[in-house]
Amino acid sequence: MAHTEWRDAPELPDFSLLKRLARDQLIFLLEQLPGKKDLFIDSDLMSPLDRIANVTILKQHEVDKLYKVELKPIVSSSDQLCFLIRPRIQTVKWISDLVNADKVAGRFRRYKIIFTPQKFYACETVLEEQGVYGDVTTDEWNFYILPLDDDILSLELPEFFRDNFLEGDQRWVTTAGSALHLLQSVYGSFSKVYGIGRCAKMVYESWRELMEEGEQRTRQPEFAKVFLVDRDVDFVTPLCSQVVYEGLVDDLFRIKCGSVEFGPDVTSSDKSIKVMLNSQDKVFSEIRNEHFSNVFGFLSQKAKNLQTAYDKRRGMDIQQMKAFVSDELKGLKQEHRLLSLHIGASESMMKKKTKQDFQELLKTEHSLLEGFEIRECITYIEEHINRQVSMIDSLRLLCLLSITENGLLSKDYRSLKAQYLQSYGIKHLLTFANLRQLGLLEEQQAGETLTVMESKVGKLVNDKTVGKLTDAFSSLAKKSNFRALSKRLALVPKSGEEYDLRVPRDMAYVFSGAYIPLSCKLIEQVLERDGWTGLEEVTRMLNGQEFAVTGGSSSSEARNKTDAQRIVLVMFLGGCTFSEISALRFLGKERGCRFIVVTTAITNSARLLEALLDNHA
Amino acid sequence: MAFVTANWNPLGEAFYRKIELYEMGWNLKDGLRECLVAAAPYGGPISLLKGHNRRSPSARPQLEIYSSSGLPLASFPWKSGVVKQLGWTVSDDLLCVQEDGTVLVYDLLGGFKRHFSMGNEVSQSQVLETKIFHSPYGTGVAILTGALRFTLATNIDDIKLRRLPEVPGLQGAPSCWAVLTQDRQSKVLLANGSHLFILDNTACTPVTPPGLSPQASSIVHMCDSFSYKYLALLTDSGHVWMGTSNLKEKLSEVDTKIKTPPKQMAWCRRPKSQQPSAVVMWDGLLIVVGECKETIQYHLDDDSILVPELDGVRIISGTHHELLQEVPGACEEIFKIASMAPGALLLEAHKEYEKESQKADEYLREIKEQSLLSEAVRQCVEAAGHEHEPETQKTLLRAASFGKCFLSNFPPEQFVSMCRDLRVLNAVRDYTVGIPLTHTQFKQMTVQVLIDRLVYRKLYPLAIEICRYLKTPEYQGVMSRVLKHWACYKVQQKEESDEVIAKAVSVKLADAAGISYSEIATKAYESGRTELAIKLLEFEPRSGEQVPLLLKIKKSPLALSKAIESGDTDLVYTVVMYLKNELNRGDFFMMLRNQPVALSLYKQFCKHQEQDTLKDLFNQDDDHEELGNLYVKASYKEQRLEARIALLQSAVDEYYKAKNEFSAKTTEDEMRLLRFQRELEEKKGELLVGFSLHDTMTTLLSVGLHKQAEQLYKDFRVPDKRFWWLKLKSLAEKEDWEELEKFGKSKKSPIGYLPFVEVCIKHHNKYEAKKYVSKVTPEQKVKAHLAVGDMEGAAEAAIERRNESEISTVLSRCSATTDHLLMERLNRAKATAVKK
Repeated sequence: MAHTEWRDAPELPDFSLLKRLARDQLIFLLEQLPGKKDLFIDSDLMSPLDRIANVTILKQHEVDKLYKVELKPIVSSSDQLCFLIRPRIQTVKWISDLVNADKVAGRFRRYKIIFTPQKFYACETVLEEQGVYGDVTTDEWNFYILPLDDDILSLELPEFFRDNFLEGDQRWVTTAGSALHLLQSVYGSFSKVYGIGRCAKMVYESWRELMEEGEQRTRQPEFAKVFLVDRDVDFVTPLCSQVVYEGLVDDLFRIKCGSVEFGPDVTSSDKSIKVMLNSQDKVFSEIRNEHFSNVFGFLSQKAKNLQTAYDKRRGMDIQQMKAFVSDELKGLKQEHRLLSLHIGASESMMKKKTKQDFQELLKTEHSLLEGFEIRECITYIEEHINRQVSMIDSLRLLCLLSITENGLLSKDYRSLKAQYLQSYGIKHLLTFANLRQLGLLEEQQAGETLTVMESKVGKLVNDKTVGKLTDAFSSLAKKSNFRALSKRLALVPKSGEEYDLRVPRDMAYVFSGAYIPLSCKLIEQVLERDGWTGLEEVTRMLNGQEFAVTGGSSSSEARNKTDAQRIVLVMFLGGCTFSEISALRFLGKERGCRFIVVTTAITNSARLLEALLDNHA
Repeated sequence: MAFVTANWNPLGEAFYRKIELYEMGWNLKDGLRECLVAAAPYGGPISLLKGHNRRSPSARPQLEIYSSSGLPLASFPWKSGVVKQLGWTVSDDLLCVQEDGTVLVYDLLGGFKRHFSMGNEVSQSQVLETKIFHSPYGTGVAILTGALRFTLATNIDDIKLRRLPEVPGLQGAPSCWAVLTQDRQSKVLLANGSHLFILDNTACTPVTPPGLSPQASSIVHMCDSFSYKYLALLTDSGHVWMGTSNLKEKLSEVDTKIKTPPKQMAWCRRPKSQQPSAVVMWDGLLIVVGECKETIQYHLDDDSILVPELDGVRIISGTHHELLQEVPGACEEIFKIASMAPGALLLEAHKEYEKESQKADEYLREIKEQSLLSEAVRQCVEAAGHEHEPETQKTLLRAASFGKCFLSNFPPEQFVSMCRDLRVLNAVRDYTVGIPLTHTQFKQMTVQVLIDRLVYRKLYPLAIEICRYLKTPEYQGVMSRVLKHWACYKVQQKEESDEVIAKAVSVKLADAAGISYSEIATKAYESGRTELAIKLLEFEPRSGEQVPLLLKIKKSPLALSKAIESGDTDLVYTVVMYLKNELNRGDFFMMLRNQPVALSLYKQFCKHQEQDTLKDLFNQDDDHEELGNLYVKASYKEQRLEARIALLQSAVDEYYKAKNEFSAKTTEDEMRLLRFQRELEEKKGELLVGFSLHDTMTTLLSVGLHKQAEQLYKDFRVPDKRFWWLKLKSLAEKEDWEELEKFGKSKKSPIGYLPFVEVCIKHHNKYEAKKYVSKVTPEQKVKAHLAVGDMEGAAEAAIERRNESEISTVLSRCSATTDHLLMERLNRAKATAVKK
């Protein structure tokens, strides 16, 4: 029942083109600084860069040595330094310090900063303030999108989430807009755009502006529809423990830029092995979307098949053997290697996940989602905190509790928070402040309501900005109406019914049949209704900000049903999880369409919460 | 028409012709005598400065600008310093280089644009000679100073002064010099007597032109060609040496037999011509030299100047304006006497046809027999392009059109576009416009540039007409450029009101693509009409363009809200940073307060750059909560304990102000904990500072400091459960079973006894674990029994509780072989439990 290809699956566009474009531009930029040079790369750009241009290609373009940006003094004897960085003030400041240090030492070098995906004025301001503006040349590498797989495109901007939703810094909005514009200019326009969330709206606006500026192209669209969704529309989904194989691998081993490093406990040797996880991996592509309880059985079946394939050798004559070795053996060997790795991974998964602890954790999560035995859940969470089981997991359960219950009772809030601080230190006061700001962990309040506060502030400013302020407030302190939403959209299937995870009924299978991801359900509903009509209640609970636009200049009606019409592009602003991707793949299969996921980054509960910790800065 | 060849002169293989372009419309009393004259290439304007050496204020020199046909464009008395040289830039701006090295820039209608200096060194030692040159980078200025040093600016729009190295042995001014463009660099070539030097950025290199005749003792004149590729040198022996400008190859050398120094020398070579040729001018005499020994000599009546062009030389005198050029190939083929070229035959055929003579057919037949008809048409079309007289053009085009009738599949583009081009060229060559472009020049300069030139002359209607006629595509934006210039000009008309102008501009520009209203608004602002500028900016759809100007005209609040509306963070940053420097702090903060987006951006910036400002910001907003957080954060960066506690104290104060008792209390606890940790660290030597309460207690228990742990437990009101878990774990870790048992009995466990069982099992002590099984609550009994591996106990407990799911759990753990009896019992119990 693997989810791979079904018969009339529409053809996906070839996204490797994006890589080629990015590579060509990078090479062009490197050649702008002729001669040997040392290249400093932002640590989080290392993996994406490797997918675009490997070391050999860089060396071909006169890159001498490669360094990671570590914000420390450097040792480089080269006369030309090139920095490939994200536009962050901190990094730019570090570079300015380097330049100034060289100046003091009387050393003459040439410096070039390549910002990716774009330059920010703030960074240039820093250069100016530090007095090195004239010494450094700057450039932009418009590397907006990294194709992680056939159907996953990533902007590789994990900080998008924190910057946009916590800090209120919308600098990446235009980046997301440009990414869409890039897709459109390479692959053709879209016939319809839907979205929900404040950021989604802004991204759409930015994209629309780019469209208007650029020349109009009337090409047959490659995607039928686009759906933009803010991460803060649905925080519940990324906070749940993932139980489909790919998600679980991400939770346990952390998939980085489409590849994962399996440690010695998986490889059953003393080495770690790096594996690319994508549809090229035949074994992986068959199990990635499976509930992990099925995976083991599937793998052992696969192992048996493999053995049979090997066994074919017996009784072959020389000629057949020769053909076997040259045609099949290599493939089998490869499959064998991958199979043993995945078996190792799922074994180590089983070890960790079938333990009672995990079962209880899942049970608590499901109770929270269903909304019963809340007291028991609180007790469980308390124990979890007291026993210092896991800093992030405790936080995750707290957030899940708060969202599903629409805030914690004052008494609970204080006691749980106090206990958490005792366990993990007072620095988490800041974490809690952040969580509250995002509406992830709140105290139920009787006193001052939001509207009062709004009108107070509203008096201070002119009429034009009031609207914007209200928007800002509502997104800052958004109320979770999870329970009501869940009822209206039937997110939680009725308990008591058996759910056969081998034969998924609906998208709930990605959470063991306990919960349909809200984000994916919204997408399903909107696509089904071709808009937001009938979902007014739902959008009101999600603080509105929904939109649906019929795209571009091209006449959307009366177009024949081409393959492209069955491809839907979903953009998650602030990250999406592998569970959501699996759910969408399932949905696509059900509806005979295919989803392409564009995300600012792949996220999971740990990444989401770690982004909100404040102790690192 | 019959005498097309009347003005042709043979030189070697080729012919040269001199065409009159205009009779000059100006009325100069003394001709060009004692004038500084500069004429721009591509039929550009001519500037004259009369009496430029006059210094007395009573008789100021007069600067005059004329079109190529001699119509006055501007005239004004020169009030600045002594001018050494006039010259035109590639964009038709007039450069006036003064003695002190200051360069004044005027537009071609005499409006002052700006000035710049050629550096201190130049102004001190004064300008001796100067040359204005064109290179691929734009227009440059080269100066030879009184100190015999060269200073160079390659592009006056992006001035980078370069002082070239000294020339060894140079005593006085070099006999002549020129600026060359080689290897993407501008270099100076100079002659000191018979020695030649090339000066570049770093060195002065002596060079020798190959094959220069030995009679010469000095080089008196030099010039490079329009394409910078060739160089001509004139020696005092009267020889003209022509070669490539890298001095690697000699093309020819000709003796002019005149030994007096000439007034001017220029290349006269058309692109792709076989023969190098130069024009040398003395008083009253003009000589064309080529490859052969012979020369062409022209007599000049009047003082003249030479203007080198892409495909010839223009000769401007006090009364006439002429073009001297090598006769283009196509024209030569057609008009050469007794030519049998297909073009010539076609022209003849057409003439006969018009005379209704059957000879037309004969001629045509002759061409067609050689199947050269398409070649003939092509020749006629091309030749038409090179002819100046509309009558000749028409004759040739008619012949071409006639020939076309006998051809199928002949592509019409060339003919059509030539007709269009000629129409445009004839229009701009008109006396009133005065831009005598040749077709070759026109193709080189492109329509866009021609339109620009018309716009500079404020010939908007003609420019628009040409755009429409040539159907220039919208995306090239030629049309909008014209409109923009018109609008910029319009907004400077002081007599009309803001409303009228704004309306006029918006109506005319409304449907043109790619109009930049901000540029027009800038112009309006520059001419002192701020209100009009704001009005015009309203039409600007791109905020990125609106905002900078709004800042400039000091409408910063408007700029800020426009920037925010645009959703472009960069733009907001630009405004915020500008305001930060422009306003005082209080006003700045006030403005930010009203704009949450800008405020949060600025906060981000401050987080990295200016922590203190962040504090001020929160202070102003009375945001004590955030201030408290800020202090807590700062405390983690602080290494010294005292400072850390001090910061936390500040945080406590802020939290109290924010009425956040919880945070305040917690922070106070933290301070207490830190002090406690330090005390213990000093006494016991355990590393504790910075640990959370939980971790501190764990550490204390693990090293056996039970008393201190208990103290923390009491002081910090640690929940019983936590403490029990802690102690349980640490005792088990140390395998101190005795102490564990004591602890277990000390009072009733708040966490129950199942954890005891589990912890013991985890440390593989089944014996100890069993001790606690009996104490476990009934609900957890089954689990406890199972944990210690006591199946019967588990079964017992499960059956007693009649709990179906528990029975199933036990069942699933039984193995069929050993626990046969037990399973039977369980199954029975299960059956009854289900019944109930």
